[in-house]
Amino acid sequence: MSKLSLRNIHKAFGGNQILKGVSLDADENEFIALVGPSGCGKSTLLRILAGLESADGGEIVVGDRDLSPVPAADRNIAMVFQSYALYPHLTAAQNIAVPLVMRNLTRAQRLPLVGPLVPSQRKAIATIKREVRDMAVSLKIDHLMDRKPGQMSGGQRQRVALGRAMVRRPSVFLMDEPLSNLDANLRVHARGEIVELHRRAGVPTIYVTHDQAEALSMADRVAVMIGGALLQLASPQVIYDDPQHIEVAKFIGQPRINLFASQVAEDGMVAMGNTRLRPAETLTAGTPVTIGIRPEFVAVSRNSQHGLPAHIDRVEFLGSEIILYCRLDAVGENVIAKLSPSEGAGLAAGMPVRLQFDADRLFVFAEDGRRLPSLPVNADVALETAHG
Amino acid sequence: MAEAIAAPGLIGKSSARSTAERREAHSGWMLSLPALVLLFMFILLPVAAVILMSFTDYELGYTGFKWVGVENYADLFTNRTFKRSLWNTTVYTAIVAPVSIFMALGLAMLIESEGIGRSFFRTAYFLPVASLLVAMATVWQYLFHPTIGPVNALLRLVDIEGPNWLGASGYVLYGLSIIGVWQSVGFNLVLFLAGLTAIPRELYAAAHVDGARSSWDRFRLVTWPMLGPTTLFVTTISIINAVKVFETVKTLTEGGPNKASEVLLFTIYQEGFVYLRVGYASAMTVVFLLILVILMFLQYRIQDRQVHYS
Repeated sequence: MSKLSLRNIHKAFGGNQILKGVSLDADENEFIALVGPSGCGKSTLLRILAGLESADGGEIVVGDRDLSPVPAADRNIAMVFQSYALYPHLTAAQNIAVPLVMRNLTRAQRLPLVGPLVPSQRKAIATIKREVRDMAVSLKIDHLMDRKPGQMSGGQRQRVALGRAMVRRPSVFLMDEPLSNLDANLRVHARGEIVELHRRAGVPTIYVTHDQAEALSMADRVAVMIGGALLQLASPQVIYDDPQHIEVAKFIGQPRINLFASQVAEDGMVAMGNTRLRPAETLTAGTPVTIGIRPEFVAVSRNSQHGLPAHIDRVEFLGSEIILYCRLDAVGENVIAKLSPSEGAGLAAGMPVRLQFDADRLFVFAEDGRRLPSLPVNADVALETAHG
Repeated sequence: MAEAIAAPGLIGKSSARSTAERREAHSGWMLSLPALVLLFMFILLPVAAVILMSFTDYELGYTGFKWVGVENYADLFTNRTFKRSLWNTTVYTAIVAPVSIFMALGLAMLIESEGIGRSFFRTAYFLPVASLLVAMATVWQYLFHPTIGPVNALLRLVDIEGPNWLGASGYVLYGLSIIGVWQSVGFNLVLFLAGLTAIPRELYAAAHVDGARSSWDRFRLVTWPMLGPTTLFVTTISIINAVKVFETVKTLTEGGPNKASEVLLFTIYQEGFVYLRVGYASAMTVVFLLILVILMFLQYRIQDRQVHYS
């Protein structure tokens, strides 16, 4: 099948740079989630891929064909829209049939009244009907085929939209937040279905969403786009555990990562409480950096003598976990901690606690947002080096 | 409100109604009373009066009248002037309604596809609707003047000897139709523009992705069906307005030459206010009303069945 690559896609709207050179490769069978805050350019990128918008520069290659000059109708790229964009005057069956009718029938065959007179029209239509039927059966919507979109629920419409996209066996599959109009329960259920459909179709899928849970749970690889640039493209686990940019770390993860402004010390190290980190590159003392740690790597204890003293501002009980909003006594910074219910038992707002950060899980980011690879240094060793 | 109005009918049947509900129903009636009174006084009563008068020989200025049964109606169908005006109105409508609808649709799509100057074009095309037709009729009289009129001057440039648009019995209906189109295109255009703006952009995107290559394909797949309700409304309004043509005929041709531009409303006006035969004019009015009612009825039937999507 086909492999998809985007090379250095640029797009500006009236001097406003929306896409700043985005490159991305998708293997056949790969499911890539394109995630980012609203306005980051992810939908524009998708529209450029579909051919609905033209890029100012860059290449779109499917298989080994450059699609940039090809109009949308001839790209064989299917797209599922956020609003589903079903034709309201057509039944579900007719909606699904549209891409086949447009491609498989000649213009003369499509004409009303005249069409049936054109030879082979009947045969072509029979083929289309059969394919639509098969599609409907495989999506379990065959009982809805005579209904119009206005008579269907959100979930049913979404299936019809999927059917319309899949029926013509596209070489690339694009989805623009297809689940955002569904209610929460249905959304989680539909995630699994879409992944399953993707596996059956076996073509590269680009799935745009602003919902990180969707992105992490569905995708083979997650592409985080912020401000028109692709900041990181990696597996969900790497994106979460090893963010290469502060914006990636901030965007992914719920609740948000804790960030602390800091500086490089005299000895070239970065300190956070008792923990000291040595960045891989040598930095001059006083360089501002940001230290980040995810809430689940903040340990909270009431009776330990170690760690930074803090007070609990607020406790949120979420069933399987507890979120603590704490304030450091020394600098007044807010720290969010995520605990299991047993760890968090007995903690209440106003209590004094000690916070300890998992040294292996601290991230250091440069001022420009880049991640600075750093290793934790044992406090004693650090002392020695300082003296030595 | 609707419940309050619907409630009184049930009161007699159900004795279990609480006094609170009865009071609410009562105030519902009281609140809708002014509207009901006005509706009777200004719409239903005049219509009933016209229907009653159509069965009399009442003439304006005379006291007393005689019931003549359906004589007026029987007369109508042998009256050559009336038949002529019925035919002329049909021809006029058959020209003005389709031309103004399709012209407006085409212009609306052109304006819609061009971002710049949209409000200018909309205003420009709407001017004839807002302007006073009686006043503009003088301008048209000049434009259509057989010798000094710019229309024929233009035709002469391409070596066509233009007709006497408003003075020749073979052309007067066409001349009036051109004015009719000029007047109603703007109104239809504004309606179509509103309809076009309401079509979700994503449908066009979907049409592109689904393989609708040409703009004709996209028109057939998205624009035309999505405009269905608008088109139906525009069609009804256009036909009704064309059937009601009067001002241009009265000011420009007086039904002439030789009754070539006699139209329904003008004939009614002549009978009622010039010959003062109110009974006879009423019979014509009833026929005229019937035509309009049938048209409206057709619209609602089609609307309910075919172009209602949600």
